[in-house]
Amino acid sequence: MVGTAGGLTVRAPVTDLPLVLDQVSLDAGGAKILDRASLTITAGAPTLIVGPNGAGKTSLLRLCMGLLSPSAGAVTWGGRDDRAPVRRAIVFQRPVMLRRSASANVAYALAHAGVPRHARAARVSELLDRVGLAELSERPARRLSGGEQQRLALARALARDPEILLLDEPTANLDTAATRSVEEIVLRAAQGGIKIVMASHDLGQVRRLAGDVVFMLRGSVREQGGAAEFLDHPSTLEARNFLRGDLVF
Amino acid sequence: MADDSSAWQLILAGDPVLLSIVRVSLAVSLSALALASLVGLPLGAMLALLRFPGRGLLVVLLNALMGLPPVVVGLAVYLLLSRSGPLGAFGLLFTPTAMVIAQTIIIIPIIAAPTRQSVEDFWHEYRDELTAMGVGPIGRMMTLLWDARISLFTAVLAGFGRAAAEVGAVMIVGGNIEGFTRTMTTAVVLETSKGNLPLAMGLGIILVALVIAINAVVWTTRTWSERQAG
Repeated sequence: MVGTAGGLTVRAPVTDLPLVLDQVSLDAGGAKILDRASLTITAGAPTLIVGPNGAGKTSLLRLCMGLLSPSAGAVTWGGRDDRAPVRRAIVFQRPVMLRRSASANVAYALAHAGVPRHARAARVSELLDRVGLAELSERPARRLSGGEQQRLALARALARDPEILLLDEPTANLDTAATRSVEEIVLRAAQGGIKIVMASHDLGQVRRLAGDVVFMLRGSVREQGGAAEFLDHPSTLEARNFLRGDLVF
Repeated sequence: MADDSSAWQLILAGDPVLLSIVRVSLAVSLSALALASLVGLPLGAMLALLRFPGRGLLVVLLNALMGLPPVVVGLAVYLLLSRSGPLGAFGLLFTPTAMVIAQTIIIIPIIAAPTRQSVEDFWHEYRDELTAMGVGPIGRMMTLLWDARISLFTAVLAGFGRAAAEVGAVMIVGGNIEGFTRTMTTAVVLETSKGNLPLAMGLGIILVALVIAINAVVWTTRTWSERQAG
């Protein structure tokens, strides 16, 4: 994949899209976390993964990132089954900040995404600016508030110049203002051509962000379709109950 | 009872015999510390990150070796370095080098065992993020060692305290030769048995002060870093 041309190392255009989950199952200690889930992610508007707690949203995202390997079935990125992250990034529900400054956290992500040292400083300030943390760049990352940490995690993920950005309920623990700023960053990333795949159980958020929706229940994908279609005319009974606010599990 | 004012006088007047003993002690223990850190930090990190058969046994062994009696290490190094031993040809017995070797062996587990623990704890916390950022094995090790730096600093200082206060090994392999291999601890043993209590007490005071100073540095660093990094 890596070749040399005129003394410069150039990467052949490797893509992680489409991201395909084919009949993927995941067992953990006898329990079936995912049960023959199939999903194809292509470029386009954000895909929101919805469903009650325990439906398997987090596990699905971890499989999409390549952090887990399925017990059965296959996950492929642009046709490849190599799990090493190439053009994808993830923001966890509770991101872990490195014990360094905010800017050093971003610089670290850049370094491991292969950005040469001389180009990092400019990219760091650009990314911190993009998530509204320019003023806090020298603050120790662990001293930041929950919302600020979540935005720093977004900056770190964007530092990888991803084609696919996976987000695991990034606003679950945030107040309204912090949620709004995270959503703005996500929307801008989507407008910039990054494919967003985001788990959420906030239906308002689904309405605000989603291009299409994947509805999960008990480890399998029950419904997939356009957001408006899903929200207004769900085809399965479970989805109808879920949208009405019934406790489905 | 010797009056301890003469011990203080020796310290305050900068008694040359006392100073030379302190110098030998510090040179030997700091050299051992540098070598043991060079081995112990990567060793602990590798043991934390690599999975191989027999790893559990090695972890138990490493933890057990923290309590290794210095006299036993002294004896083993003595046998290695004595004229008829496998390394006898180098003529290292009764030199500061021999003492550095013995102390290095004593404090490697004291540095490596807590390093293993800290790096493993950090790895559990960082695993997903580092994997998602595509960080390779060497990068992981460096990152975890750096982010655990405060805990590791404590381990390293504990190693130094142990080396400086240890008497059994340096006595056996150093031989307590005046001006050459006589350290604070071996000198205290000798001077006490000779009845030269002021010098023994002076050295004792310096040793205690050293231990207090180390702990003060550990405490200050910890509180400072907790304020910084959280």
